[in-house]
Amino acid sequence: MAEMIALSRLTKRFGPLTAVDGIDMKVSRGEVLGFLGPNGAGKSTTMKMVTGFLAPTSGTALVDGMDVTVDPVKAKQRIGYLPEGAPCYGDMTPRSFLNFIADVRMLSGKERDKAIDETIQRVEIDGVLEQPIETLSKGFKRRVGLAQAILHNPPVLILDEPTDGLDPNQKHQVRTLIQEMAADKAVVISTHILEEVEAVCSRAVVIARGKILADGTPEDLLKRSPLHNAVHVRVAAAAASSVAGDLKALAVVGEVTQGESRAGYCEFSVTSKTGAPIAPEVAALLKDKGHPVSDLKTEKGALDAVFREITRGPAKKPAEAQNA
Amino acid sequence: MRNIAIIAKREFKGYFATPLALVFIVIFLALTGAFAFYVGGFFSRGYADLTPFFSYHPWLFLLLVPAIGMRLWAEERKSGTIELLMTLPVSTLDAVLGKFLAAWAFCGLALALTFPMWITVNMLGDPDNGIIVASYIGSFVMAGAFLSISACISALTKNQVIAFIIAATVCFLFTMSGAQLVLNFFQGWAPEVLVDALRSMSFLTHFQAVTQGVIDVKDVVFFGSLIVLWLFLNVIAVEINKGR
Repeated sequence: MAEMIALSRLTKRFGPLTAVDGIDMKVSRGEVLGFLGPNGAGKSTTMKMVTGFLAPTSGTALVDGMDVTVDPVKAKQRIGYLPEGAPCYGDMTPRSFLNFIADVRMLSGKERDKAIDETIQRVEIDGVLEQPIETLSKGFKRRVGLAQAILHNPPVLILDEPTDGLDPNQKHQVRTLIQEMAADKAVVISTHILEEVEAVCSRAVVIARGKILADGTPEDLLKRSPLHNAVHVRVAAAAASSVAGDLKALAVVGEVTQGESRAGYCEFSVTSKTGAPIAPEVAALLKDKGHPVSDLKTEKGALDAVFREITRGPAKKPAEAQNA
Repeated sequence: MRNIAIIAKREFKGYFATPLALVFIVIFLALTGAFAFYVGGFFSRGYADLTPFFSYHPWLFLLLVPAIGMRLWAEERKSGTIELLMTLPVSTLDAVLGKFLAAWAFCGLALALTFPMWITVNMLGDPDNGIIVASYIGSFVMAGAFLSISACISALTKNQVIAFIIAATVCFLFTMSGAQLVLNFFQGWAPEVLVDALRSMSFLTHFQAVTQGVIDVKDVVFFGSLIVLWLFLNVIAVEINKGR
């Protein structure tokens, strides 16, 4: 896999504030990298440096092997970028705006017409082509911004909050679009919508206070959840105390939390000691002991809990986080 | 070159996407006419020339050119489109020149639309058309100098009103730098070299020289180098301020 983006010790300071603090990161073709972090974590600043809008204080950003500060125009030719908030020239129509972008991107002749037509189809803005962009709804504006970014079929696509402000259908559309294009591109999207990471990203990088705190597949991140592979069981309330005792005695079990009794049933939340799956053991135990089980389900762990755990305060070690 | 032309084309069309172009041109034509006929006494002075028309151009440009220049960068920064523009594969110089040339061409268009004055004076008498051509060129180049100042100052702020006021003030100082009002302030404490330098910066002096009908290399170089200097400062201002 070819490395399309390579950041090394990338740093940006604004006066006394260090917005991005020595980030090292590589993104290859075929990857969709979700850039996660709380507001002000340095996501946008990093993206602005990769796209050549801001000059790094120190460190380098290579795009397709080209240093963005040394050869900015060449590097920018390989990037499609949707800035935060999808700014567009409001007094232009989507058609004249895309024509302008096509000119700047040096598309010409049939290739140009084809690129414009295909992009219009892809982001579904054919109905509003002749309206000034400033009169369009937020969803359409975002799609015009997206059209501008993908028009020249760039090998590197950088999208700053591409689904922010879209309705659920539009979000789904944009995610599908990103996945369709991902195969031969290196895609970086920033977001704070965690379901988006699970939906489209092959890799997630969590950043806070300018530093990378986690880097892995969304599944890797889920494994850091204390509830990863936890099991919920529902048994008859009458048997609650003996079930609790039996579960606690099981070697693979971490903690057992008893929920409220309701309508004659009682729920238990059982965490895994090591994070490995424990559902078979739990099920076998309950069967052996003859406790009738009315419901049993495994939890994957919630990404937002992991996100909070990672980004809040000084980062804890993974082992501590799991037992927390 | 290609990128400059693309950006200039987009900018130039932009003037006509809003009522800006119409309002500007109508006001410009009305004011040039009003000054020439009422204040300058175009008819009553009994000469077939355009001196009363051109002599008010510095004062009109002082007000109207900063109005064209104020939006060039301030608007891009305010709306965030500067991030789009500066991440396209164009250099900052391309963008600065493209924007400047579009605005300058627009000023040129407004100036060209005063041609009925020229026709009128030719119908009434037998003016020296050489002087008129020289005056038009001088007026256009002076507008370029005012515009380069306004464009550079526009890159220093996100607020168009501030850009307008500061640009108009700087333009005023350049226009008046030969006048006693400004020179008095410096005479007495500043070295004579500085006072002379200031005097030589006067737009008014250089423009009047051109409207006498003599296109002196000195005057053209003056306005030309002033434009280059302010555009150079414009590039620096954009580089420094774009991310803020």
